[in-house]
Amino acid sequence: MEIVYVYTKKRSEFGRQCNFSDRPAELHVDILPDPSLAANFTVRDPCNVTMQCAEEMSEHEVNTERFESESRGINHVEGGWPKDLNPEDMEATIRYRKKVEKDEHYQNTIMQIAGLMEHCSKQNNATDIYQDFFDDEVEEEVVEESEEEPSAKTINVFRDPNEVKRTATSLSWHPDGNHKLAVAYSSLEFQKAPNDMSFDSYIWDIENHNKPEMTLKPVCPLVCLEYNPKDSHILVGGSYNGQIAYWDTRKGSQPVEMSTIEHSHRDPVYKVIWLQSKTGMDIFSASTDGQVLWWDIRKLSEPTERLVLDPSKKWNLDNALGAISLEFETTMPTKFMVGTEQGLVVSCNRKAKTPAEKIVCTYSGHHGPIYALQRNPFFPKNFLTVADWTARIWSEDIKESSIMWTKYHMAHLLDGCWSPVRPSVFFTVKMDGTLDVWDILFKQNDPTLSLKVCDEALYSIRVQDNGRYLGCGSQLGTTTLLEISSGLCTLQKNEKALVSEMFERETKREKILESRHREMRLKERSRSEQSREDEAKDADGEESTEELVARAETEFFHMLEAEKTKERNEEKERDMEKGVCEEKDFQEEHETNGVVASFTRGEISL
Amino acid sequence: MAEVEDTLKRIQGYNGVIGSIVVNAEGIPIRTTLDNSTTVQYVGLLHQLTMKARSTIRDIDPQNDLTFLRIRSKKHEIMVAPDKEFLMIVIQSPTE
Repeated sequence: MEIVYVYTKKRSEFGRQCNFSDRPAELHVDILPDPSLAANFTVRDPCNVTMQCAEEMSEHEVNTERFESESRGINHVEGGWPKDLNPEDMEATIRYRKKVEKDEHYQNTIMQIAGLMEHCSKQNNATDIYQDFFDDEVEEEVVEESEEEPSAKTINVFRDPNEVKRTATSLSWHPDGNHKLAVAYSSLEFQKAPNDMSFDSYIWDIENHNKPEMTLKPVCPLVCLEYNPKDSHILVGGSYNGQIAYWDTRKGSQPVEMSTIEHSHRDPVYKVIWLQSKTGMDIFSASTDGQVLWWDIRKLSEPTERLVLDPSKKWNLDNALGAISLEFETTMPTKFMVGTEQGLVVSCNRKAKTPAEKIVCTYSGHHGPIYALQRNPFFPKNFLTVADWTARIWSEDIKESSIMWTKYHMAHLLDGCWSPVRPSVFFTVKMDGTLDVWDILFKQNDPTLSLKVCDEALYSIRVQDNGRYLGCGSQLGTTTLLEISSGLCTLQKNEKALVSEMFERETKREKILESRHREMRLKERSRSEQSREDEAKDADGEESTEELVARAETEFFHMLEAEKTKERNEEKERDMEKGVCEEKDFQEEHETNGVVASFTRGEISL
Repeated sequence: MAEVEDTLKRIQGYNGVIGSIVVNAEGIPIRTTLDNSTTVQYVGLLHQLTMKARSTIRDIDPQNDLTFLRIRSKKHEIMVAPDKEFLMIVIQSPTE
């Protein structure tokens, strides 16, 4: 539709001035809405409108002026001479200088500043400022370790991946680098091992606790496992059926060789130790069947040597003591010690001429099997034994009793070891799942640190060579890796001297006690030979305790009787004099006092 | 005149004094006990340093002024006594 409006104007009227007049509005065009056009459109619902409420910002660029720098040197040249003076001319310069010097102003100034200068110069000479003061005073850095509370924290926990959980009976750290931990799993409960229990033992990488780095698949579960300290690829394990097997980690999970059943132990092999030899391939093993066998790894068909732990030295297997732990110190290659099931520690000499001489001596004092036996790495003459409810420290020279011992705990102690870096620190684990760290220089009655690692019993513990990390294995196969605070693994000042003093002191005490006991026994023997008559009256202090107690009892009862009769007599008298009630009270009081008095009198006479 | 001589001689004679220099404002060494090149070097560098030190002091507090400048180094101590017109430099090493 075209909307056209035509406006006409005469040609002659062009250029004429405008005359404005008022007139009402005229409707020229009226375009009405056409509903049919609405069909071309739809209602938009909802309407999306975008809005932004933000500050208006504009962008500017600025570039700083470049600062150009250059390295320059200065060439010092004499200058300042007045224009007419030639600096090369010696005479002229001298003359000029002289002139300046004669100037009054110069002289005054010089006097002034010379005074200052002299003062400072003399000061310098008075004290040597470059002297080293405080040289002799030792720098006392705040020893934070000693102030820090001993603590241990769990770094990692390795759980047995199998469904049926087995006990982690033995741990061994990798000899170089300590990044790996070999754990032997088996079930030590007699005939309680379920049929589908896996026999595998694992090597864990301490960084990865999800999956073991390597699996070792023996024919029978391993009770103990040890890395070869010289060759870190070789491990040897003692199994539950008495066989010895060795693995090479480069060659896979199956044992490279196993010992023949006829020549192996008849009971589980509880401990296997690598020997210090030229070939680095010798081991010896101990088991509860009473034998200690020596093997060469390369030829496991037969042991190289055999020792039967018969205390009567007759090599009678029936009499033999079952061995549970072994101890071997590389600095003393001919001697070794065996801890037995019966609670005796047997010290043996490997290089004895006759088989009977192999067993040198025994140490008794424990009530149960000796689960751990280790010499102190700093003082090899003293060794630690862990058995029944106590841990004891022994000295090689004293055979009758240990020189130091812990109190009797509520739970059995199942394993223990010395710290390789501190001579006074050792660790023990208990049946209730606690780990105790003992520092004998700090506290002897209680552990310095007692930590509950898990709810089940802890069967094994091993400290890494740097003394900082330790692994402990539990009944359900959970191996926990702990880090102990630096205070417990750094050598303190004078520690060695103090510990050696302590050991010497205790050894001396035991020696004195031993000699006194011997004396007493001799006396007893001699006395009982002389006369069998009335020795009881002899208040020698040598009477046995039972006799003493019996005597005390009879005396006491006599005195009581005497007092009672006396009281009764007095009561009768008083009854006659005064009222009964008052007297009764008085009597009771008097009686009790009297009884107490007689009791104390009886004690003193003892 | 004689006093000045005496004073300077005395300063030079102290324990550990290696050398002394007296310079005027234009940089001409009036009196020196060291050789020329060393003197010129010391003068040039220390003059600038003294100026800088003085301006620092006066920047912080305009009423203040530099009276003495001592630079201790591993080997010896350089002492500078400034004045409006002259500068006295003494190098002393510590008594062992």
